[in-house]
Amino acid sequence: MTEKISSANDAFKSPAKRTAGSVGAPRGLGSRTEKQGQRMLGAEAVVASLEAEGVDTVFGYPGGQAIKIYDALYDSHQLNHVLARHEQGAVHMADGYARSTGKPGVAIVTSGPGATNTVTGIATAYMDSVPMVVITGQVPRAVIGTDSFQESDIVGITMPVVKHSFLLQSTDELTTTFREAFHIATTGRPGPVLIDIPSDLAGSEMVFEYPDEVNIPSYKPTYRGNAKQIRAACRLIEEAERPVLYVGGGCVISDASEEVVRLANLMRIPVVTTLMGKGAFPKSDPLNLGPVGMHGAKYSNLAMTEADLIIAAGARFSDRVTGKLDRFAPNAKVIHIDIDPAEIGKIREAQVPIVGDLKGVLQGLISQLEKDDAHPNTQTWLAEIDQWRDRFPIYHPGLKDAEDEIVPERVMMELSRQLDPASSIVVTEVGQHQMWAHQFIDREKPRTFLSSGGLGTMGFGFPAAVGAAIANPGAQVVCIAGDGSFQMNSQEMATAAINGVPVKVLIMDNRCLGMVHQWQKLFYDERYSQTLLEPNPDFVKLADAYGWEGKRIMHPDEVEGAIAEMLASEKPYLLDVAISREQNVYPMVAPGSALDDIMGAIDVAVGAVRTDMPASAVPQTSPCATIDAQFGGRWEAQPGDTGERMSAEEFQAEKEGAR
Amino acid sequence: MKHVLSVLVENKPGVLSRVTGLVSRRGFNIESLSVGPVEDPTMSRVTAVVDADDVAYEQITKQLHKLISVHKITDLTDDGAIERELVLFKVNASPERRNEIIEISNIFRGKIVDVGRNSLTIEATGDASKLQGLEDLFRAYGIKEIVRTGKIAMSRNAKD
Ligand SMILES: Cc1ncc(C[n+]2csc(CCOP(=O)(O)OP(=O)(O)O)c2C)c(N)n1
Ligand SMILES: [Mg+2]
Repeated sequence: MTEKISSANDAFKSPAKRTAGSVGAPRGLGSRTEKQGQRMLGAEAVVASLEAEGVDTVFGYPGGQAIKIYDALYDSHQLNHVLARHEQGAVHMADGYARSTGKPGVAIVTSGPGATNTVTGIATAYMDSVPMVVITGQVPRAVIGTDSFQESDIVGITMPVVKHSFLLQSTDELTTTFREAFHIATTGRPGPVLIDIPSDLAGSEMVFEYPDEVNIPSYKPTYRGNAKQIRAACRLIEEAERPVLYVGGGCVISDASEEVVRLANLMRIPVVTTLMGKGAFPKSDPLNLGPVGMHGAKYSNLAMTEADLIIAAGARFSDRVTGKLDRFAPNAKVIHIDIDPAEIGKIREAQVPIVGDLKGVLQGLISQLEKDDAHPNTQTWLAEIDQWRDRFPIYHPGLKDAEDEIVPERVMMELSRQLDPASSIVVTEVGQHQMWAHQFIDREKPRTFLSSGGLGTMGFGFPAAVGAAIANPGAQVVCIAGDGSFQMNSQEMATAAINGVPVKVLIMDNRCLGMVHQWQKLFYDERYSQTLLEPNPDFVKLADAYGWEGKRIMHPDEVEGAIAEMLASEKPYLLDVAISREQNVYPMVAPGSALDDIMGAIDVAVGAVRTDMPASAVPQTSPCATIDAQFGGRWEAQPGDTGERMSAEEFQAEKEGAR
Repeated sequence: MKHVLSVLVENKPGVLSRVTGLVSRRGFNIESLSVGPVEDPTMSRVTAVVDADDVAYEQITKQLHKLISVHKITDLTDDGAIERELVLFKVNASPERRNEIIEISNIFRGKIVDVGRNSLTIEATGDASKLQGLEDLFRAYGIKEIVRTGKIAMSRNAKD
């Protein structure tokens, strides 16, 4: 091929071209608000700056050093302030707002404890590259550094978990600081930006002059992918026989779903999605192999392992995806596309690194491939994957479960069936329920599945769901929660009730910290140290106390109706679903194991049973019969053991008799 | 291997801790550090020596580049850059041995900056190997105290 660089560049002349300049510009009127040029207090200028940025909703909690800002907020017609019940809740709400819309989330809190309460929320947003601006009140400049009342060095404390931060030094810098903060938060690889505002500045007079432009010479993210690298990538794609498109959160952030779909279908490349990438590629597309990694399907993990080419699109080879690194995709070349150059080569060497905005880079790849008249070369590969898919399904209706127990996988499938996969928004907490949601909730569109991936923050999901529901009025927003996680920020039930936010919470109630319990069961000799939550509070009464609707179900027959009732409710609704404590999430790649070293995958060649259970997973003291029933009456770890077993009912009866 | 990093940063409060915090957070020890303003008063230069293999070093520089306060990073490890440190030695020196020490100091273009009853204080600048040589010679007399600056470095590139 003898193409000129200029010809490859044509790819970028599409109207969708984005640059740091266009992406980071104020969403609002910028300098054209009616407040431009007016004299006002610093606090009023904070509000005016948010208005100039087009902000409509802020989440927060007041206090002494933020009181002037709150006083100014009182007069704003544009800003809707949502009062959370804990600053962590406020920041997660801003996060849910941002993840579900792509717009920056904004939170305002006071100094000291108000500020320190935001740290987990900021770190959560940082790990998942969520655009956010957090405004903290600070003690007056004159007493900074004297341990004055409610003073904390929040710029110092948050330094490792912000994209950037500012300690405002003068009202002269106020408006440029806000412009820069929003620009930095929303461009390049997005992230949280903190602005710490000493209260004396909030009380000082100034003239409000909002800038539309930013000039940060040291910050120029690369949006446009290198044309030569794009051609090199095309060559690899054209040659590949066993390619996999590995789709991460970057595809969501870059709004590149359409391009991912086009590329995958043009070259018939199977797609795996990370937790953060879920929704960027529609579930209905047969090329979608779904989740990959620690709790991914066996066929997705096999595809990764056997691939000869991995196209990493906005994904970062997290350890939850790769498993043991030196056995990860041993024969694959890697094309790594990311807007953050530091991600490329960090974990896995890339043969073709492309720094740039995914949407544009993928458009470039597609038009180059079209120009080359490239044809898919993957029939054999797809046929092989299809065989794996048939043989190792992620769930099998024939799996034997105790008949009177609600099976978590089936709850997820039923919820998924009743939800519109394109318009509803599912938010998860962290734990087993999160993985089941990842495995079984179908999504067609990006920004409809929100989960704390990088930090894995219990307590994120519920407030984030409230934030998403506020940002998307009319959308069906469901939080899939664990009983442990939900109790970390359940105070936000008040926020939802008072603001009339009809968010739905479905608790997968196993009365334990299930994910940790699972590890203890598999790897720590069933020593359940501090993971049992029994007895849980009566969640239905809790719902009632906050003015919510609520219901508890314990029998499989109730699942379908209860979910329907929950989804039909116009009020916030809590559905407490009792499941067994003994349920584990499978398949599972044990931490430190290779990606194809999978336990608990179903193998229909053996039957509707989970196979390859490690010896340590065979329970020593737990009710053998229950487990046996679940695994179809046999353990692969003891293939020779075909002796008589007690049925689950017999076991239960004996246990009860013994009491 | 040791890398000499020259980082041009915004001259603002907290920037040094952003830079050093990032390096240590990513698991590297800073062996030597010096900071000072440059020709443009809005900027400072941080010169740091870190011990890291090439992959790790690349990761540190990429991460440093992401700091909004960082303008430019130059690797002064291999290009025969001009490297200087300044050392103050306080050396035991009885009156009868003073001259020997002064002579050694002269050979190394050191400067006598203070004379005590039984000690001499010598200021010396140079690259690490020269200063090490001087230190080794002074050891024979007994060194009471050493204070040294971090390394500073500048590329030899005579483009302008
Ligand atoms: C804030 C926080 N603390 C601790 C953990 C460690 N952790 C991960 S999953 C988990 C258990 C979660 O329990 P639950 O919310 O009930 O979900 P389940 O696994 O039972 O579905 C814990 C404690 C965490 N991820 N986040
Ligand atoms: Mg639980």
